[in-house]
Amino acid sequence: MIKYQDILLIEPFSLTYDEKKALLDESLIALTQQHYDHCDSYHRILDTLGVAPGEISNYEDIPFMPVRLFKELELLSIPKEEVFKTMTSSGTSGQAVSKIFLDRNTAANQQKTLVKIVSSFTGSLRMPMLIIDCPSVIKNRQMFSARGAGILGFSIFGADKTYALNDDMQLNIDAIKMFLEKHSNQKILMFGFTFMVWQHFYKALLNKDETLDFSNAILIHGGGWKKLENEAVSHDQFNKYLKDVCGVAQVYNYYGMVEQTGCIYMECEYGHLHASIFSDVIIRNPMDFRPCKIGETGIIQVVSMLPESYPGHSLLTEDEGVLLGIDDCLCGRKGKYFMIYGRLKNAEVRGCSDTYATQF
Amino acid sequence: MIPMQRNSNTVTYAVGTETCIDKMKKQAALPIFSDEACDFLDAVSKKLLQMPEAKEYADVITFAFWGRKASLQQLKRNYINDEIRIGRGIVFHISPSNVAVNFAYSLAAGLLAGNANIVRLPSKAFRQVDLICKAINEVLADSCYMESYVCLVRYGHSKDTNDYFSSICDTRVVWGGDHTIRTLRESLIKPRANEITFADRFSIAIIDADAYLACEEKSKLALDFYNDTYLNDQNACTSPSIVVWLGEQSEVAKMQFWRTLHEIVKERYSLQAVQAVDKLTALCLLGENGEGAKALTREDNYIFRVKLEGLQEELLKYRGNSGFFMEYIASDIAEITPICINQCQTISYYGVEQKKLEKFLLECRPLGIDRIVPIGTTLNFSLVWDGYDLIRSMSRQISVLPEVVKKIQ
Repeated sequence: MIKYQDILLIEPFSLTYDEKKALLDESLIALTQQHYDHCDSYHRILDTLGVAPGEISNYEDIPFMPVRLFKELELLSIPKEEVFKTMTSSGTSGQAVSKIFLDRNTAANQQKTLVKIVSSFTGSLRMPMLIIDCPSVIKNRQMFSARGAGILGFSIFGADKTYALNDDMQLNIDAIKMFLEKHSNQKILMFGFTFMVWQHFYKALLNKDETLDFSNAILIHGGGWKKLENEAVSHDQFNKYLKDVCGVAQVYNYYGMVEQTGCIYMECEYGHLHASIFSDVIIRNPMDFRPCKIGETGIIQVVSMLPESYPGHSLLTEDEGVLLGIDDCLCGRKGKYFMIYGRLKNAEVRGCSDTYATQF
Repeated sequence: MIPMQRNSNTVTYAVGTETCIDKMKKQAALPIFSDEACDFLDAVSKKLLQMPEAKEYADVITFAFWGRKASLQQLKRNYINDEIRIGRGIVFHISPSNVAVNFAYSLAAGLLAGNANIVRLPSKAFRQVDLICKAINEVLADSCYMESYVCLVRYGHSKDTNDYFSSICDTRVVWGGDHTIRTLRESLIKPRANEITFADRFSIAIIDADAYLACEEKSKLALDFYNDTYLNDQNACTSPSIVVWLGEQSEVAKMQFWRTLHEIVKERYSLQAVQAVDKLTALCLLGENGEGAKALTREDNYIFRVKLEGLQEELLKYRGNSGFFMEYIASDIAEITPICINQCQTISYYGVEQKKLEKFLLECRPLGIDRIVPIGTTLNFSLVWDGYDLIRSMSRQISVLPEVVKKIQ
């Protein structure tokens, strides 16, 4: 079987879908068997679903675990003492959070994969990095929140890491100015969560009298638009407004989740999210879970070759999106490209039990 | 007791006014099944039956028929032997936000028990609610006698408002499940006030396979089952989560039953993506539990079925909704005893003899089960609900003892 180390040597967007599918079939079916053998919970779930891993021949037939399972259950395919890091999703207080268990190998592969994908967009040079967040977000290294994990993950691209915000979420103007002066003739990298960038960077700059010049910066942001819905900002507007306020010209959004850290989906210059060779998306029809055709809206399933320590290689998200095409994006990248519409609409279920208690 | 400040700008009145509520505090209660209350409900029913739009809503029409004078007289018979029984005063009802007409039955029961009523309407917008409120307002405009007995209100997050209405009521009726009950319990009621709470419950269905196969109206039965389940997203406490099969030919019967249901569901039910994800999640969690449940092959996501190896109380945690059924083939009805726990409310059945059901109740003496009703009637309202006699719980009995005349020697 082809080793992940060898797959990592392949350019992330260089394979046509057919070439990539052969790789996905082989490694994802092997992962299914591995988790079936080593994770009792996963074993029982597959038995209940009536799926025998040995009989699967197409990665589209691998069962997809709803992401919410990782909030309800502790799912891991390694002995507990081999857990190297536990990552959690950033739930609001009181909500259950996902727990993802990583061993050294999976954690290292996540990091390497992230480097491959991101550097194919930004070039592989390490750049001075401005983090649009506050320093306290990464303090507890035992329990990584999605925000902390994202920052640490992306830090590998950065030198002279500087936080743009204080712990009270106010802009640290002095630090930013010093950072810009020091690196005035270099390319710099800015990273942050979409909402943080909008709320605490863009809006704060808007209210400042002086203008800061970020024309030599690349901004990478992700984490979803949900909190921005009230502000009704489109992707195009987001990019334009940021450029207007600080001159940043290269802005990349990405789609990713803590359950499959590493293999993120980056937006190209045409505004399309791209699946790299390390992972893939399948859009599922909500009525029967059959794969959707190009242009048909459905629920997003994500598959990834990375998760070896936990059975998260095939997941059904709660996001909605549409497949835009395969191998033929104008940007030249191969594989599937798609668009996200956001979270599935929360059904207001009828019936007399409790769905409304939050109204009080 | 210190009268609490009411937060009137957060409350909107669909029926009644703030002044009505002030009047309520001082007025006399009515006797149970008073002519005034019966006439009022009869008038509301007549209005509803005359509204062309109401015909589109089966639940509104059912309520209208239930509220006619003839039907109320029928109900009254169960209380004919009571001595002097009059309302407790003010009843504060919290209706479930997701069932359209439940509030109307709760209000009607409060009126029949002789009370003035403050009803918090569902937060979700329902056309049915508007129609019923319209009918009530029209009747009150014709004759204002019952005006200060009916106040229908809407309000959002407001502990102040809960506090206020709770502080003035003599009975509080809370529909809507455990969480809502917990929230309302933070608001005090008067020391003499009582409370009727409808906690989270679940229900089961029992079908005799042989009787089913002999049934000539399979589509009607499927529609009845649909109304018991999908009509409320299988999320009403009366909706069966587990279907138990009795009889010889269970496998054949099951196939036909679910196939017939599937046609109806596909035609009538609008399944949302998030419900499909929820059902898959419920299935995985049930599977992980390790009691050997097996998902049954499904054509699509409209019906999820899981075959159970046994009936353990533990399984009840994994109930789903929006068309998620656990299924079990029993050789004897007594096998259901372990799941008939306290939270078990309704058994709906088809083709099972009444005697057999009664014998089961007497011999197995399950902890739960408040009612056993034919499939298709689980949502029919009854004045005895969840084990509470609503009329007697919302009224008080007064005794008048005869004087003992002492003879002076």
